[in-house]
Amino acid sequence: MVAHWFAGEDADFRLLGTRCSACAAVFFPREDTFCRNPGCAGGELVEAPLSRRGRVWSYTDGRYRPPSPYVSDPELPWEPYTLIAVELAAERMVVLGQGVPGLSVADLEVGMEVEVVPGVLNEDDETTWTTWHWRPVGVGA
Amino acid sequence: MSGEVAVLGAGMHPWGKWGRSFVEYGTVAARAALADAGVDWRDVDSIVGADTVRGGYPGYVAGATFAKALGWQGARVASVYAACASGAQAINTARAQILSGLADVILVVGADAAPKGFFKPAGGERADDPDWLRFRVLGATNPAYFGLYARRRMAVHGDTLEDFALVKVKNAALGALNPNARYRKEVTAEEVAASAVVADPLRLLDICATSDGAAALVLSSMEFARRHGATDPVRVRAVSTVTPTYPRTVLDLPDVATDSAAVVEPSEETYRASIARAAYEEAGVGPEDISVAEVYDLSTSLELQWYEDLGLCGEGEGAKLLREGATSPGGRTPVNTSGGLASFGEAVPAQAIAQVCELTWQLRGTAGARQVEGARVGISANQGLFGHGSSVIAVR
Ligand SMILES: [Zn+2]
Repeated sequence: MVAHWFAGEDADFRLLGTRCSACAAVFFPREDTFCRNPGCAGGELVEAPLSRRGRVWSYTDGRYRPPSPYVSDPELPWEPYTLIAVELAAERMVVLGQGVPGLSVADLEVGMEVEVVPGVLNEDDETTWTTWHWRPVGVGA
Repeated sequence: MSGEVAVLGAGMHPWGKWGRSFVEYGTVAARAALADAGVDWRDVDSIVGADTVRGGYPGYVAGATFAKALGWQGARVASVYAACASGAQAINTARAQILSGLADVILVVGADAAPKGFFKPAGGERADDPDWLRFRVLGATNPAYFGLYARRRMAVHGDTLEDFALVKVKNAALGALNPNARYRKEVTAEEVAASAVVADPLRLLDICATSDGAAALVLSSMEFARRHGATDPVRVRAVSTVTPTYPRTVLDLPDVATDSAAVVEPSEETYRASIARAAYEEAGVGPEDISVAEVYDLSTSLELQWYEDLGLCGEGEGAKLLREGATSPGGRTPVNTSGGLASFGEAVPAQAIAQVCELTWQLRGTAGARQVEGARVGISANQGLFGHGSSVIAVR
């Protein structure tokens, strides 16, 4: 579904973007066809892991079940998840992601440091769809 | 001024949840605009439609669908899709045909029958569609983005939930005066505060609903208008349809991330601000000239953002401007006198056209109880998915 957007285990877990070898522009989600910098003639796009940590740009939550194609079990009561937009200093970009399960908006603040960790988006009998989550730094797994 | 086109007619189908086809809504609005203009449909040179999806038909339709409903008469046709800016691009397409001499009088129509609840992408596994991806991977609905913007404003500018609620109170009071609005009831700040949280910190009454609805305009060359006896018509003086510039540094629907600003220094101006600036430059007017504005209040906090992007106040001063009453009836620059999306709800292809209908009635002085005294210059502004935005400036 989102092939090669992230990789690694535990402390090595990283979001994967791409970097243009001509102008050094970074892209996430990964851009594999053309460099989108209008001032760049175009270079090879190589995989580039993003910073593990960043600061909360903003956050919200979803109090209502989102529609398909988000996967959730309609039989189960809806559990709100947090969505966190995180500013990565080195890349000078903001990346959106869900907060780790159990996190609520009361636990969050703009400017707070968070790190990327592996997470489960959903699973059925055959497949587990993995994803990335943001977790406040210094909070246990 | 050369480069202007006349607004001869404006019309709407009332907005709501009517359970009928977009073709019916659009045709009602079109007939109303034609009647308002005093133009016979058979004399219209060209029809431009803002697109919607016909149920079961794998594609976007508009212009020819309305032409058929009104009765085929051989007019030139165009259909335009640009997400929430579809209506403004339809106006712009008509304007370009008029200014280039391809057509003298044109009917512009936008209509939709919106789904209930959250907007969602089309079905299937479509990982090449950023709109599909944000739902599948993040469950990031439209209100989720509005919540992010609202929380950011609270953190950076000190906006409060009470400020946001005041936007709804203002727009609902105006919507109550508008026979075309879906919601025609005043709302109190207490009612906003008591409504359910949808995407923290925003509540149900901070976020606009989805609606059925339609809006239409009859545009013509200034020469046609004169021949037609309209000596002092409302004129469209500018239509901004600019795209963003790289790197885009504000997280926008439906993106999962912003562009990186590590290599190319970003413009100091946000995309939304650039949309308005392009319109001001084309029209040769500035924020101080604006008598009335229609902006895209998808959420209450977003309206405050637009005040700043339109240059009605400095950055971070939107809530202050609102509290001072500057954007309320009787204020310096009343905003969303129609009642805004708060009162209309979203009918995507129609709403940018509906904004210009309201400007037209305000500039004519026929907006009834909503009338802004002596309105001379009006601006509309909106932003749609995928890098579409628009702003129209109309003058009298
Ligand atoms: Zn490049």
